[in-house]
Amino acid sequence: MPFLLRRLAFYAVTAWAALTINFVIPRLMPGDPVQALIARFQATGQVSPEQTESLRILFGLDQDVSLWTQYWQYWAQVLGGDLGLSFTYFPTPVSEVIRQTLPWTLILVGLATLISFVIGTSAGMVAGWRRGSLIDGLLPLATFFAAVPYFWLGLIAIALFAVTFPVFPTSGGYDVGLTPGWSADFVGSAVYHGMLPALTIVVSSLAPWILGMRNMMVTVASEDYVTVAHAKGLPARRVMMSYAARNAILPSVSTLALSLGFVVGGSLVTEMVFNYPGIGLALFQSINAQDYPLMQAIFLILTLAVLAANLVADVAFVLLDPRIRRAT
Amino acid sequence: MTILGTDTAVADASPAPAAVRSPRRIGRRLLANAKVRIGLTIVAVFWLLAIVGAWLAPHDPNELSPDTLQGPSAGHWLGTTTTGQDIASQLLAGTRPVMLVAFGSGAIATVIAMVVGVAGGFLSGWAEEVLSMLTNIFLVLPAVPLMIIVASQLPQVGSWAVALVIALTGWAWGARILRAQTLSLRARDFVQAARANGESTRRIVFFEIIPNLATVIATSLVMTTLFALLAVVTLSFIGVTSLSDWNWGTVLYWAQTQQALQRGLWWWFIPPGLCIAILGMALALINFGIDEYANPRLRIGSVGAARLRRQGIRPRVGFTPVRRTAPARDPLDERRAG
Amino acid sequence: MVTDPILEIRDLRVDYGYGADAVTALSGVSLTLHRGEILGIAGESGCGKSTLAYAATRLLPPPGLVTGGAVLLHGAPGTPPVDLLSLPDAALRSRRWRDVAVVFQGALSSLNPVHRIRTQLTDAIAAHDPSSTRRSRLDRARELLAMVKLPEDRLSAYPHQLSGGMRQRVMIAMALALEPQVLILDEPTTALDVVVQKQIVEQLLELRERLGFSVVFITHDVSLLISYADRIAVMYAGEVVEVADAESIYREPRHPYTHALLNSFPPLQGPRRVVTGIGGAPPDLAALPPGCRFHPRCPYRMPACAERHPGLVASPYPGDDGRTVACLLHGTDDTTAVPAALAPRTRSRSA
Ligand SMILES: Nc1ncnc2c1ncn2[C@@H]1O[C@H](COP(=O)(O)OP(=O)(O)OP(=O)(O)O)[C@@H](O)[C@H]1O
Ligand SMILES: [Mg+2]
Repeated sequence: MPFLLRRLAFYAVTAWAALTINFVIPRLMPGDPVQALIARFQATGQVSPEQTESLRILFGLDQDVSLWTQYWQYWAQVLGGDLGLSFTYFPTPVSEVIRQTLPWTLILVGLATLISFVIGTSAGMVAGWRRGSLIDGLLPLATFFAAVPYFWLGLIAIALFAVTFPVFPTSGGYDVGLTPGWSADFVGSAVYHGMLPALTIVVSSLAPWILGMRNMMVTVASEDYVTVAHAKGLPARRVMMSYAARNAILPSVSTLALSLGFVVGGSLVTEMVFNYPGIGLALFQSINAQDYPLMQAIFLILTLAVLAANLVADVAFVLLDPRIRRAT
Repeated sequence: MTILGTDTAVADASPAPAAVRSPRRIGRRLLANAKVRIGLTIVAVFWLLAIVGAWLAPHDPNELSPDTLQGPSAGHWLGTTTTGQDIASQLLAGTRPVMLVAFGSGAIATVIAMVVGVAGGFLSGWAEEVLSMLTNIFLVLPAVPLMIIVASQLPQVGSWAVALVIALTGWAWGARILRAQTLSLRARDFVQAARANGESTRRIVFFEIIPNLATVIATSLVMTTLFALLAVVTLSFIGVTSLSDWNWGTVLYWAQTQQALQRGLWWWFIPPGLCIAILGMALALINFGIDEYANPRLRIGSVGAARLRRQGIRPRVGFTPVRRTAPARDPLDERRAG
Repeated sequence: MVTDPILEIRDLRVDYGYGADAVTALSGVSLTLHRGEILGIAGESGCGKSTLAYAATRLLPPPGLVTGGAVLLHGAPGTPPVDLLSLPDAALRSRRWRDVAVVFQGALSSLNPVHRIRTQLTDAIAAHDPSSTRRSRLDRARELLAMVKLPEDRLSAYPHQLSGGMRQRVMIAMALALEPQVLILDEPTTALDVVVQKQIVEQLLELRERLGFSVVFITHDVSLLISYADRIAVMYAGEVVEVADAESIYREPRHPYTHALLNSFPPLQGPRRVVTGIGGAPPDLAALPPGCRFHPRCPYRMPACAERHPGLVASPYPGDDGRTVACLLHGTDDTTAVPAALAPRTRSRSA
């Protein structure tokens, strides 16, 4: 399947680019913040020599080794899964911090994005099909929500639904009294805590889906095959779903993939506002603690997650568009 | 921050300009659109505040005072912070950096997008592949974490550094739509004709392609500016940028760290967000206007539809409206005479 | 060959646009299609042929608007005709394809690229006959493909896997799925090469013999109509200017525009004549000339042509039964005004 192969090659290159960015940036920057941190932790004797060595390789503190050798050492270490030590959660390895926080983010952001896509696309479908209907009038509202930053909407949501009307908890991912696990209590509490952040993400990411789908519906509605479907006397629903929307959704699916990067970015900040125990909160704490190993690892892992989601969208696209299967 | 998400309207329903339209005519047509006019007015007001805001401010934004945690009043229009600083003055002082960064990085990113996009649409072979690959890579890389790792490792994060970081991470979307449009223009008759006439590629690019990209460039500029606006306040809010420069995000940063939410200090966190939202909305409105200009099928909005409904017309595909009016009879028409 | 009418278009008026800037694309078109006949509609590009096909079935997309007229569909003898333009949506939907099927200009874009041919053939059957089984619909689809001489394995193909000619045949097969009484074909062969064009038209004729539907055949190629149509209507700038049986149109055109149109195509068969173009350009619908719409381009125009708009009336000559023409040259007292090219041939003109 040449299309998917080509996409896979692209993802490989993108992953390589993300890793290389992580390699290059610390080496380009004038200061040596990591050096200072290492020195501080070394003074207290908390860092083992191997751990220092791994940080040296990641951040290019070995000036005497050629850049090329540094690059190879870097790759060998990253492929071995060693992303260094986190200063925030000292002395936890970065990979462990990621392992604990990533699932929260994947579930929250993944579900919220999916819900937003489904709702937005359906609303856009109806708005584009029946011009001038109620949903068309809702569009300005959705645009307003898209033009405000996620985190501000999060602040307002907390002020309204957690402080003024305390329906939802103000922060956290679960009741502190519970131990994480697959118990009904814990899952219920996690769902309850996730509701408001998810709602924020859904509301702020809705508009592009509505808009994109609406515009595509308007465009597709004037295609000849839609007129033919009407001429055949097909029921209105079938014309809308299986002739107009079925084709109009194709660009939405391909942009779903592309916009994931944006959604993830906004969602991270939402997590910070809600103190949600995901990767966004870890990122926030790493900024305050100047925890560069953690920051870079988060960038890397989010890139990989976005690429994986892109691959899923690509497969969906191939399944939806028979023409692509033949295209080279 | 996902308003940039879908570019379908631009890329797929792009206009088919028969030939070059003069920028002035496009400008006049755009100004005829109410959405564009409202959007531009709001942007102009914010620019005015950016210029004169610092003098307009009743207080020094950093000045501490004993009037802590006061609600809006004549002395403090938008109340005060936990340290008695005047919030209205902070917002006014923060307008200039926000505007400069948003529009500055919007402009830089659009220039990058134009170079990469138009070149990508015009080159062939590996150079085109590389540019297209580069664009796609920057599209999928999550922008916020990327900006954070770059900005937080800079020794000093002033306005210009932030603008550059944002521009370098946000140009790809514009490059993508510009490239798509360039490719479609390149195949059009008038460009083919110019080629056949032996005009140089440079001439074709500057005199045939770029003028016809005007609306797409405008879209790219507007949307990238919106992206930059949201990005700069986000970066300030999470404390990546220098806290000594006031900006709407910084105000929100202090509001958040001082628990303004839990204490119900609404005047601290609502106004900055509204500023962002109104400016963002204005940019989105301008973009709607450009979209409607470029793709006239989108134009019959709810207003037009309501007027038509009153006339008993519901335009829709598949069931042509029928409105029988008494035909204006030509007195000399012999048709119905016999 | 005068049988009872099956489809009557009466004074159909169509605008593009809703407000002050609307242009009138059809200004009072009346035509009758009789049972079992092939009615050809000819005219230059932009004269409103497609508009007529779409408007008659209420399929004209926005900004189209029907501003007057009726489209009467006659059922079994004795039952009153229904006006397609006045039917409620549901009733119109159930009549579409079952009574009137259309093959639109450009079959390339008439098929949905994401559905298989099978789906697109059978969904119309399912919509009109919900009691049919999947099996029976598939059998019918196979039968339909065989009818247009396509192998049955094309059923599971996607449109992009078919050639232009094959797609056109699929469209014809699709149109015949419910055995409609009326088939409207809008330039069904224009995008195809001459050989395929001929094959498809001949296949259509054969199918008509077999199934007995009536055909409205729209094309700008009059020579095609002369060989295949029973009657021909000639359109100009949103109006019908002449209707007559194919033979008469070819031998003795009455309208100067018909005459010019005939001369602009090499005839498929019969004696060769000199091919000349039509001078001038078709008028802009937003700025129609006063009087006869053709007069600025007409070689035989009289002063009156710029003032009076000719209606479509019966041709005044004996032997011209059933012919109508909209031209001021005919029917005046002064018969010498009629140029030789447009006058009756066999009868001598009295001075
Ligand atoms: N959407 C529209 N808005 C305004 N005018 C239109 C529109 N669509 C068609 N027209 C005009 O209506 C007239 C009739 O168009 P139509 O497509 O019916 O012509 P046609 O006879 O089928 O031509 P062709 O042989 O090229 O298919 C044309 O002059 C065209 O300019
Ligand atoms: Mg046509």
